[in-house]
Amino acid sequence: MASFWHWWIIILTTVTIVGITWILLANRKRGEGTTEQTTGHAHDGIEEYDNPLPAWWFYMFVITIVWAIGYLIVYPGMGNYPGLIGWTQLEQHREEVAAADARYSEMRSRYLAMSVEEIAKDPAVVKMGARLFGNNCAQCHGADGKGRYGFPNLTDDDWLWGGSADAIKTALLQGRRAAMPAWASVLGDDGIAEATEYVVSLNGRTADPELAAAGEKHFQMYCAACHGPEGKGNAIFGAPNLTNGIWLYGGTREQIAHSLRAGRNGVMPAFGDSLTEDKIHILTAYVYSLSN
Amino acid sequence: MKHEVVEKNVGLMMILIVVAISFGTLVELVPLMFIKQTNEPIAGLKPLPALELEGRDIYIREGCNNCHSQMIRPLRAETERYGHYSVAGEFVYDHPFLWGSKRTGPDLARVGQRYSDDWHRAHFYNPRDVVPESNMPAYPWLFEREVDGTVTGKKMSALRTVGVPYTDDDIAGAEAAVAGKLEIDALIAYVQQLGTLLQTRR
Repeated sequence: MASFWHWWIIILTTVTIVGITWILLANRKRGEGTTEQTTGHAHDGIEEYDNPLPAWWFYMFVITIVWAIGYLIVYPGMGNYPGLIGWTQLEQHREEVAAADARYSEMRSRYLAMSVEEIAKDPAVVKMGARLFGNNCAQCHGADGKGRYGFPNLTDDDWLWGGSADAIKTALLQGRRAAMPAWASVLGDDGIAEATEYVVSLNGRTADPELAAAGEKHFQMYCAACHGPEGKGNAIFGAPNLTNGIWLYGGTREQIAHSLRAGRNGVMPAFGDSLTEDKIHILTAYVYSLSN
Repeated sequence: MKHEVVEKNVGLMMILIVVAISFGTLVELVPLMFIKQTNEPIAGLKPLPALELEGRDIYIREGCNNCHSQMIRPLRAETERYGHYSVAGEFVYDHPFLWGSKRTGPDLARVGQRYSDDWHRAHFYNPRDVVPESNMPAYPWLFEREVDGTVTGKKMSALRTVGVPYTDDDIAGAEAAVAGKLEIDALIAYVQQLGTLLQTRR
């Protein structure tokens, strides 16, 4: 703070404290007890006694003034003066964080040294993981991890990007971006209908054989690159398995056709920047424990 | 001066009251308007682009700041949950600031990039679809209404007069930048940039 503002604050604060002290003392009625004398005004017949301020009230003012002076000596307040104990808000925050780190770091580094598969069986880790999950993941994947429309279920054995400990950890650290293109302009309305019928047939539902046969050609040309020739998906691209009846965006004909027409670009945000390594490790173990 | 003189002279009393209460403002607020620590933008801070600016105005119109603060205090409980505490330099282009004073919902100071755009769409359309226990209202009309771009440039000029460094190009291109966008696009664009300049591990 520039010295102008430093002195500005000191002088004005001092003037205020001296000023209110003066007002308080200058207006004090000394040595007068309670009298029957009134101030002279009457409102609707109500009159006001002209008595001095009660002593307890007067001393309350004195206490606040003394408190203010003491506070300004001990704590920062007077411009750049840091206060006797050198307290700052940021230092207090740093101390709080350091105390918590000291308390938990041993436990966390112990878990960090162990494998995800190992600590996923530890009830303490699962409990901590559940808290982290509730704060960071439940908004999309649900408090129970079962997901919802558009957000994957983490409790089953079907994984878009792989369900190994490493794959889960990578997803947490770097996030995931699915990129299914929109096919409306490539396939046209008939093509979409045919491809939809083929996808419907993939998980054993009855489909129009003629349309499905036509759809299979589209599928092998455009879809198989990511979803595989048999439609079993590919964890490298996060391409879902289309044969197991698990649908992220719904499995009705209408929903499948919509996915084909408009594409799907699900995003899992990255947490590598915001959560520390030990927390990611515990969170990975929790997610791993949901399906193992 | 006798107490009686002040009490019986309303004009004088008003002047003295203004003098008395202005000391707090002079000491606690006025220096903050001039000192470097509170006036300097943090590294990378830019004025909101046209779409984000319109999103901010929708945020204000819908009263989001009545239930959501944008101010993370330097307390461990808050920095653990939300990220780095807020610093003054993040808000120097905010007119008005949207710090809020009540948290019916969570703080949003660092909500940017925390969820996907798809999540925000689902959540704004009906928060219960993704967070069953949520008591946030649904905002389905944002998905139907287009942003009115005719005044976006004027808003930028107005902000420029209070010190937000919009360029002439920003103002000239504002209407085109928001043309055909839905209100939901603008609001999500605004929300997704909140607090992204300060990343820290918690």
